[in-house]
Amino acid sequence: MSRRDRMSGKEAVAEAMRQINPDVMGAFPITPSTEIPQYFSKFIADGEVDTEFVAVESEHSAMSVCIGASAAGARAVTATSSAGLALMWELLYVAASSRLPITMAVVNRALTGPININNDHSDTMGARDSGWIQIYAESNQEVYDNYIQAMPISEAIRLPIMICQDGFITSHGVSNIELLDDDEVKEFVGEYKPENYLLKHENPLAVGPYGISPYYMEVKRAQAQAMKDSMPIIMEVAEKFEALTGRKYGFFEEYMMDDAEVAIVIIGSSAGTGKEAVDRLRMEGKKVGLIKLRVFRPFPRQPLAESMCKVKAVAIMDKAECFSNSGGPLFSEARNSLYDLPNKPYAINYIYGLGGRDITVEDFYEIYNDLFIIYDTNKPGDIYRYVGGRDSRYGEHGFDHRKYDD
Amino acid sequence: MITKAKDINEKITWQDITIGAEIYEPATSLLVETGDWRVMTPVFKEDDCRQCMLCVLYCPDSSIPVKNHKRRDFDYIHCKGCGICAKVCPFDAIEFVKEDK
Repeated sequence: MSRRDRMSGKEAVAEAMRQINPDVMGAFPITPSTEIPQYFSKFIADGEVDTEFVAVESEHSAMSVCIGASAAGARAVTATSSAGLALMWELLYVAASSRLPITMAVVNRALTGPININNDHSDTMGARDSGWIQIYAESNQEVYDNYIQAMPISEAIRLPIMICQDGFITSHGVSNIELLDDDEVKEFVGEYKPENYLLKHENPLAVGPYGISPYYMEVKRAQAQAMKDSMPIIMEVAEKFEALTGRKYGFFEEYMMDDAEVAIVIIGSSAGTGKEAVDRLRMEGKKVGLIKLRVFRPFPRQPLAESMCKVKAVAIMDKAECFSNSGGPLFSEARNSLYDLPNKPYAINYIYGLGGRDITVEDFYEIYNDLFIIYDTNKPGDIYRYVGGRDSRYGEHGFDHRKYDD
Repeated sequence: MITKAKDINEKITWQDITIGAEIYEPATSLLVETGDWRVMTPVFKEDDCRQCMLCVLYCPDSSIPVKNHKRRDFDYIHCKGCGICAKVCPFDAIEFVKEDK
């Protein structure tokens, strides 16, 4: 029996943590993730969970606590944002390469320069090569649902997992949410029973050894395989979750894609705004669609490429700049995934929403309009674009990206 | 994959290496020769030794075996030639020499 409530995204995560009752939390406050450990500390203080909370002096230590606890055999969790995630950097790789199934709630926030505490994806996109599974959410409901699915995925494949939500939007924003009963969550997530762990006295274990050149590469290759093998596990867990809740999840969600001529690929809460634009444009008879990517690591290369191939032009949207001079991180990988397919669409990139910049339905109109120009002219123009920023080249009716392809 | 430490060598494939390079048994350093980059070598002069055991306590690599309350000759498989034993010996019973290889 589920129950309905209204709560913020971080309350939803703390609530999911309470229902799971993990063994150890090591955490340090940073906006906008602070209230996750704060709410959870109250559950500990009230005796609703028996989690050991380790108050640390930095995020570097928070992740170290999680690594130590996880290696010891405990179910370890943390939460962070932005600079906090950046300070964990070194340990993110240790956690992943030691194959420790740690669950981290990341409330996405811009990395500083200029100083900024608002939402974009530069923190987790920066950590994309650290070997963590990354799952993103559009709404508070999805944040909660993803968190419930995190441990069954992560513990089955022995990889750490980030459950990402958009800072302030799906962390502080309050909305209606359907929660599972505690018993249902406990049954779904199950007990954590690692095969080998440091506290298993009958089987002494060494974790995180020195891996010189004759061994390092084999360990990395096996780690890469684990990321690949997590794909079917993510789907199995999603199917099990659907059977329990009726809510369907996959690597991505297709919205009005069946007969679409052009489409947008996007991650996170802005997909909601994009869907509103799709609905309005559909009422005008325009065949537009949207693909909301949920799982960024592992990158669902083949299914995503096949989905994009349903249309003639796609706009791949990045809420993070990676200064590669060839588009944002999602663009690079999504466009790359199309390379081998014969009927691939034109693929252009839009950087949007940096440092909390709003993206509006009107911005999406502009993007779909640009896509239809490509659809009609077969000329992609400049493939690396910005939307929602002030640009002196803009006239009253926007500007023609075809003119700026250098 | 649980592979025993004795079976992990430079020919192992990624399929057979342990998850996260974990080692599932204790004292596996005994299997690994770590003394091969030694430049200087301690030499045990048994006749001068009074068995005070100071060298045994100071050796950072547990490379001085003890049996029946007596220290024995060095474990050169693991001795890295740091020379601490020679330095702490009160009886000049350990010579520290350049090894001919």
